[in-house]
Amino acid sequence: MNNKKHRRVHEPFATVVKRDGMIWYKAWGVRLLAIALALCVCSVVLVVLTGMLGNVYNPIEIFAAMFKGNFGTSRKVWNTLHDMALLLCISLAVTPAFKMKFWNIGAEGQTLIGGLCAAACMRYMGASVPPALMIPVMTVVCILSGVIWGIIPAFFKAKYNTNETLFTLMMNYVAMQLVRVMIAIWVPSGSGILQAMKVGRLPVLFGIRPLFNIIVVAVLTVGMFVYLKYSKHGYEISVVGESENTARYIGINVKKVILRTMALSGGLCGLAGMLIVAGTDYTVASGSAGGMGFTAIMVSWLAKFNPIVMVLTSLLIVFFEGGASEIATAFRLNQSIADIVTGIILFFIIGSEFFVNYKINFRSHKNHKEV
Amino acid sequence: MKKILSFTLAFVLLLSAGLAFTACEQTEVADDFKVGFIFLHDENSTYDKNFIDAAKAAKEALGLTDEQVMFKVNIPETAECYEAAAELVDAGCDLIFADSFGHESFIMQAAEEFPEVTFCHATGTQAHTAGLDNFYNAFASIYEGRFLAGVAAGLKLNEMIAEEKITPEEAKMGYVGAYPYAEVKSGYTSFYLGAKSVCPTVTMDVKFTNSWFDIALEKEAANALIADNCVLISQHADSEGAPKACEEAGVPDVAYNLDTRNWGPNTALIASKINWQPYFEHIITATQEGTAIEQDFCKGLGDGVVQILGLNDAVAAEGTAEKLEEVKAALIAGEIKVFDTDTFTVNGEKLETYLADVDDMGDFVGETEVVADGYFHESEYRSAPYFDLDIDGITLK
Repeated sequence: MNNKKHRRVHEPFATVVKRDGMIWYKAWGVRLLAIALALCVCSVVLVVLTGMLGNVYNPIEIFAAMFKGNFGTSRKVWNTLHDMALLLCISLAVTPAFKMKFWNIGAEGQTLIGGLCAAACMRYMGASVPPALMIPVMTVVCILSGVIWGIIPAFFKAKYNTNETLFTLMMNYVAMQLVRVMIAIWVPSGSGILQAMKVGRLPVLFGIRPLFNIIVVAVLTVGMFVYLKYSKHGYEISVVGESENTARYIGINVKKVILRTMALSGGLCGLAGMLIVAGTDYTVASGSAGGMGFTAIMVSWLAKFNPIVMVLTSLLIVFFEGGASEIATAFRLNQSIADIVTGIILFFIIGSEFFVNYKINFRSHKNHKEV
Repeated sequence: MKKILSFTLAFVLLLSAGLAFTACEQTEVADDFKVGFIFLHDENSTYDKNFIDAAKAAKEALGLTDEQVMFKVNIPETAECYEAAAELVDAGCDLIFADSFGHESFIMQAAEEFPEVTFCHATGTQAHTAGLDNFYNAFASIYEGRFLAGVAAGLKLNEMIAEEKITPEEAKMGYVGAYPYAEVKSGYTSFYLGAKSVCPTVTMDVKFTNSWFDIALEKEAANALIADNCVLISQHADSEGAPKACEEAGVPDVAYNLDTRNWGPNTALIASKINWQPYFEHIITATQEGTAIEQDFCKGLGDGVVQILGLNDAVAAEGTAEKLEEVKAALIAGEIKVFDTDTFTVNGEKLETYLADVDDMGDFVGETEVVADGYFHESEYRSAPYFDLDIDGITLK
């Protein structure tokens, strides 16, 4: 729908108006334009920076390197897909909570605690328990640990209305320190490094290490899509997210929904932790989650909490991260250049959402956005 | 539904383009020699800067082009290290070097997967038991350098005693360590023994930060040690934290890896470091020519691999340079053994025997007798240090 036909009113000079929902191809036009603009700005920055270092590179060459960094070899394609799968898994995990407007910024810690439990299972059961039993047990333990890490702040939020942002954030640090303590116990040499474990690893399918994780996450993606879109729980999450009072009014037990949703969110993070530790790293460290718990929030928001769209947004972010790091190596720039490029591109992408959702216009009546 | 369709289409397009790239990339064969370096941090870490500088120097010395030397910095000790190594292999590297202890298992994973590529790793412990013929460990007998730096510190303490700034009993040094790990313990023990060789009343407090690089924690630890009456500080952690804290407090500081006189013009006393340039030149040449690389490379003062640097005349006691020359010559000649069991005690007793965990099989159980001929044979059975005893005179805080 177009708001232009509405009459001018004497209100502030310019107002920001929420759109009714842009037609999909227009919205994508805006997004592509934003990416194009971002690439232009990146080109300028890269040319200036490389020029300062004495070599001017053609920006096209630089972006080709970016592409090569992600898809240059079949191994890189698999790695890109795998990085995407892990990020997507955590993004799926945070989605129900964010859709409920529960600001769970503790995904990092929930993932890490799952990873720690996976490491503990590998360590204590990997050698003695057959994989057919060990892996299901490990899965349950990891999910449970994530559930606990997620449900503690949810309980205090539901019961005492504590601030979940601070609470979940602090739980991250608790998880990190717990990992350090466990490593100090497991590694008496004091090196602070748990060497990669040889037992209790997740299976490698068809000789392709990332495949197992990718399949698990693919199934989860579809599952989460169905859960949010077609289940009663998904509906309740939406209502609580829109308005707790409305939810109460129509008889939804808000506390129960908060607890249940955070249990789901934490549980999936715990599972992601297991995929990271038992599926790829085979060790755990306080940095095992690698900041994905935070990046996931962006993935989820960019996709407007649609799990299928998240496939693309997570690929986008992984693509830029991988590409930027390739630039840093290929053109002998400091790795910080990767962060600069990623930052510029994300700035434009996130900025473009503003123009997709709002228009700068004169006041007119507000319509709520459809899903 | 349309949205989803468009996403799917975009996704498939991107993927197919990626696969097309794959097809043309794999036919490329690198005909040039290439070496790749994996660093834990970047130049902001004194530890990594030492490696980076050496790599650049080796590149210059051997006349390698920019294209032949690839750096990957800020690579954490996770699967990302394996990815970095694999990417370097993709880029055509014939030789890959990684600089941090925690990189080892991931480098070994890469070494197994890419047998045609040579992998070298500093501070690692497993090359001699891994059974891989393309994976090598390297370190240096840095304890000799630490010992020399300790001698300079001891002379400084003697000067303070002579000037009656402190009594002999107050000669207490402080040490900021990263982890309570053999590499750190061996380092501070040799430093302490160096100081003790000239200043018999010296004692030392050690504080661990449990991190290899944390500016704030290292500064805090140094300040706490100074507040606890330590009159001289040294460190084995990789940031400017401790040197800067010392400069602020006016306490002499003995650095590692880097000449820190720019951070502490009035307090930086001396530093010791491993000079990796000879090793890098060695492995690059050996890989190119197909000659052998030592499973465990460990050289010292005599080979120029261990160095002392940044002796600050404004801070050091008189006659330090001469004394250091004398001790250095004796160390090279083998007349002085750093871990001479006559010079220290453990729990009040002379060390007669010790089983060290030389074969790092993950059991943390010592299996190799390392005390013989009156001294502890550090870094002789493998390059990475394994002296992890707590000797008398050093207090862990």
